[in-house]
Amino acid sequence: MKCILTVVGKDKPGIISKVSGLLADKNVNIEDISQTIMQNTFTMIMLVNLANACVSMHELSAKMTELGSEIGVNIHLQHEGVFDAMHKV
Amino acid sequence: MIKTTEILETINMVEKEHFDIRTITMGLSLFGCIKDTAKSTANAVYDLICKRGENIVKVASDLSLEYGVPIVNKRVSVTPASFLTANFIGEELTIAMALDKAAKEIGVDFIGGYSALVHKSMTEAERSFIYSIPEVLSKTDRLCSSVNVGSTRAGINMDAVKLLGEIIKKTADRTVDGFGAAKFVAFCNAVEDNPFMAGAFHGVGEGDCVINVGVSGPGVVQHAIKAIPDASITDLAEMIKRTAFKITRVGNLVLSEASKRLNAERGIVDLSLAPTPVVGDSVAHILEEMGLEEVGCHGTTACLALLNDAVKKGGVMACSNVGGLSGAFIPVSEDIGMINSAKSGTLTLSKLEAMTAVCSVGIDMVAVPGDTPASTISALIADEMAIGMVNNKTTAVRIIPVPNKSVGEYVEFGGLLGSAPIMPVMNKSAEKFINRGGRIPAPIHGNKN
Repeated sequence: MKCILTVVGKDKPGIISKVSGLLADKNVNIEDISQTIMQNTFTMIMLVNLANACVSMHELSAKMTELGSEIGVNIHLQHEGVFDAMHKV
Repeated sequence: MIKTTEILETINMVEKEHFDIRTITMGLSLFGCIKDTAKSTANAVYDLICKRGENIVKVASDLSLEYGVPIVNKRVSVTPASFLTANFIGEELTIAMALDKAAKEIGVDFIGGYSALVHKSMTEAERSFIYSIPEVLSKTDRLCSSVNVGSTRAGINMDAVKLLGEIIKKTADRTVDGFGAAKFVAFCNAVEDNPFMAGAFHGVGEGDCVINVGVSGPGVVQHAIKAIPDASITDLAEMIKRTAFKITRVGNLVLSEASKRLNAERGIVDLSLAPTPVVGDSVAHILEEMGLEEVGCHGTTACLALLNDAVKKGGVMACSNVGGLSGAFIPVSEDIGMINSAKSGTLTLSKLEAMTAVCSVGIDMVAVPGDTPASTISALIADEMAIGMVNNKTTAVRIIPVPNKSVGEYVEFGGLLGSAPIMPVMNKSAEKFINRGGRIPAPIHGNKN
């Protein structure tokens, strides 16, 4: 299953490291990544593949929400289908 | 990969603009449940709903988590119950209780279909069924009821309209703050695949088990309009269309997945903009964003017509199976903009009636004084049904005569049903007209063959 992981919040050192660390720990592969600062807000989008993940999407999502509140950013994990549906014709 | 701005747009729709899937509704045919006795029919009804619907809540919750879009309500609609009770006159409550119990067992918010279709005439069984509605709605919690009393093809059954005025009064009198009446709708041209309550039922032309999805998102549309403050009306329409397209695409995705996981037929997406009492989730505020000082002022009907049409056009491009009511809902108690305008006196029942000629449904969630005569309620229903019949569209009336309350007071229903000021009705009587009974013949353009 491919998902879009978004991280939005105040920029600080270590965000990418912590998020990608958690993904690696759960054996989730990052297939694409883009990161930018939009209007002073750190914004990172990752396309991740959960095919070989050692946790379910629901568990990973809960872990990411937990990590997000720990480091003060909003993290969303959503099936890519919802973005394809809305933005691709 | 999809552009960052597009991904953030989707996330903002949910986080900031209250975008959600308003309902996943499972339509179930109960014709196979009709047995020799009311008791055995009720048992079969209960068993079937529990079996087919056991996973609906779980599937909705899984989909909501996976796609990151809230799915607010999980519901079941069933074959109009008057077909089930036809042989059991006087025992309607037995079936009703089974429907309510099954809804509670599988955890759905509401179950719709305590309904009768009497747009041309009524059988004795249907008359008895309609008489059972006040008791049924006061003894059940999640069961919703509707009666179709008119159609463009058949005309308006004024005997049924007369009866419904009395039934609505009795239903309101038997429940706290008239709440029971909020679970009842009178229809003209009722649709068979409506996923929204209180008017959902599983039409007789439907299959065994079908999933219908209702999307919503008044906040998303309002936000899109806000972003183009100086745009012309032509451009407004275009923007609404585009937004409706995006919203509907998500509804379409959820419909596909939900029907697959529930092993049910893929039904329709209902494109309705359904408001909630939360700020930022209001259809009235869309109209005000277009340039009205307050909803209900002159210009409101034109704005609503534009909105309703643009929503439909955007939606039909996004999904091959569009159905239900599909348009903008204008319930008073469920929309903070409508509530405020009714409170200030700008929004009147007369203006609401005009608005229903161009929106997707009708007079919805309107609280009126508890001492409103039954004949006045029937007359109000008749007016609304006439609009539906002549304009070949669905119209509905969900009106609550709140016991012991009068104009200037306020009623609180709670939750999605919201709260409303008691609105004044005309104080002149239509009793003589209502007492005549009979049928308003179908309009000439109803005869299309």
